[in-house]
Amino acid sequence: MVSDRSLVNIRQDVLAKCPTGIQGFDEITAGGLPKGRPSLVCGGPGCGKTLFGMEFLVRGATEFDEPGVFVSFEERPEELAQNVISLGWNLQDLETNGKLLVEYVQVERSDIEETGEYDLEGLFIRLASAVDAIGAKRIVLDTVESLFAALPNELILRSELRRLFRWLKDKGLTAMITGERGDRNLTRHGLEEYVSDCVIDLNVRVKSDIATRRLRIVKYRGSRHGTNEYPFLIGATGFSVMPITSINLDYATLMERVPSGVERLDTMLGGSGYYKGSSVLITGTAGTGKSSLASAFAQSICATGGKCLYFAFEEAVSQILRNMSSIGINLGQWVDAGLLKFHASRPTTFGMEMHLLTMYNMVKEFNPSAVIIDPISNLSSVGNEEEVKSVLTRFVDYLKGRGITTLFTDLTSGKTAGEYTEAAISSLMDTWILLRNIETNGERNRALFVLKARGTDHSNQVREFVLSSQGLELTDAYLGPEGVLMGSARVAQEVRAQAESMRRSQELKGRTRGLETRRAMLEAQMASLKQEVICLDEEVEMFKVEAMAQDDALAKGRDDMARIRKAD
Amino acid sequence: MMENEEISPEQSGAMVGTFWSLRLYVAGQTPKSLEAFANLKKICEEYLQGRCEIEVVDLLENPHLAREYQIVAIPTLIRKLPQPIKKIIGTLVDTERVLVGLNIQASSGKMMQDSGVRRG
Repeated sequence: MVSDRSLVNIRQDVLAKCPTGIQGFDEITAGGLPKGRPSLVCGGPGCGKTLFGMEFLVRGATEFDEPGVFVSFEERPEELAQNVISLGWNLQDLETNGKLLVEYVQVERSDIEETGEYDLEGLFIRLASAVDAIGAKRIVLDTVESLFAALPNELILRSELRRLFRWLKDKGLTAMITGERGDRNLTRHGLEEYVSDCVIDLNVRVKSDIATRRLRIVKYRGSRHGTNEYPFLIGATGFSVMPITSINLDYATLMERVPSGVERLDTMLGGSGYYKGSSVLITGTAGTGKSSLASAFAQSICATGGKCLYFAFEEAVSQILRNMSSIGINLGQWVDAGLLKFHASRPTTFGMEMHLLTMYNMVKEFNPSAVIIDPISNLSSVGNEEEVKSVLTRFVDYLKGRGITTLFTDLTSGKTAGEYTEAAISSLMDTWILLRNIETNGERNRALFVLKARGTDHSNQVREFVLSSQGLELTDAYLGPEGVLMGSARVAQEVRAQAESMRRSQELKGRTRGLETRRAMLEAQMASLKQEVICLDEEVEMFKVEAMAQDDALAKGRDDMARIRKAD
Repeated sequence: MMENEEISPEQSGAMVGTFWSLRLYVAGQTPKSLEAFANLKKICEEYLQGRCEIEVVDLLENPHLAREYQIVAIPTLIRKLPQPIKKIIGTLVDTERVLVGLNIQASSGKMMQDSGVRRG
């Protein structure tokens, strides 16, 4: 099948590629379609083969200055033009400028009678004249299989097709041949037999009522290429293929921090918040304040002039704005300032991969410094755990690669343990904050703790997380016999502590007073004793005086006696 | 190569007033083209004496003419008149099939009856 000549060609042009200009496609094929060779695009009805071919030509004409011929076997030129006008492609203009030529080849079985031998020289002549007319470098045959329906002699047709593909190669045209998907083969009539350099498969799969378009490079001779199924989107500007698959862990790690929006949480995380470009997961059961924490983060990003992209999968934008303003977070001003962008949609609107693609495109467009997905658990309604994980892994890698801080919230059900994520993605996350409702004393209170925070000296405390009209606040931790004290128990504890300290100060005062009294008493005692001493001294003095007086009196008496006795 | 050939009437049959305008598309003087032309000529002489015109179009010389009647296969015979247009591809080896394809009903040898033709 492969002649010597084409073998030589392969060796020479081993890396010659023809860029398609289709977003993402050139990345997964490392440059585009094989230059100067035919490629086969196969797929079921309605999966975008015609559009793929048309975009290949339009981009070729407008971006790479390579004119192209579109050979349509099915649709009329005016239909084709109409179909793509919504994508902003004006085929008529391109045709007038000699950049594009639509050759409509109509073959209908009903009006053809066949007798004797024939060949498809007529088709060749038409193609040649179209190619020569505009000096085409690219050609699309959409879809050559119609010939099988129209021409009864398959033997002739097959040998002619073989000749056709050889002819395309000889002409050096980069050709794209579309083919309808068959039951067992890639194409219904086995076109892959003739076009063997590059085969692309487009498909649409419906799962849980959600359709996802996917593209796969079945083979690409002589070139490396991505082997996965890549989701693609037919958007407002044509195809876009999602090239994120490379799980390269080689992104730069940033030391910079971004505040979390809750002052004391920053402290808990070891000073100044999350690392820039890291992934943050907030898990918790219903009503634990996940969205509030996410909004606080959005607020802090916008307040510092950064841009934040908020994917809301649960609430409408207006509802989020209202709810957040009730806890003192005014997000509306940032939306008006163009710093905050919401994208609210139900997860069930698209398939998993489509969400990824939408998010990818929006991030590319908006270029935010932080992305919030609230919540990721809702995504599991459209994909199984594995799919969600694969999509989020790719998304996180993509965002990390761009230095974008990502915050995910995840709703965990009350039945399961707290340290569990719906999508089993905790290992992807750098910081994991757990919110929990703790029910004690007939009330539920919110508790927050940092389960992990890679690379930070984070607090191991459980804190009460209070939402009030003033905003979000983390209170002091009170530990009681049943764990952390929350809500009214915490308040009661605070009151108790206050009473205790009052009692203690009272006691102290009382004791001081007692001691002082005793001291006063002792002092008084001391004073009275002193007084006694003085009295005693005085008595002694008195005695002395009395004694002296007595002595004098006695002496005087003796003298008197002597005088009386007339003693000599 | 563009040639017109008139075939003079030898016999006035049932198809009075109906004129057959046929066009044969070829691409160069290939054996297939020559064979097709020979076969066509034979059929015309046999069944449509004098009431038919054969035009041969060579697409190698006039490639743009292929568009008008959506020519893909070579050789292709187009019945332009009578309406509607009929298309036969191949070397026209099977006379029966050509007659059916052109809606020439050959009843009893060289007699032709075709209500569709009368309409045109």
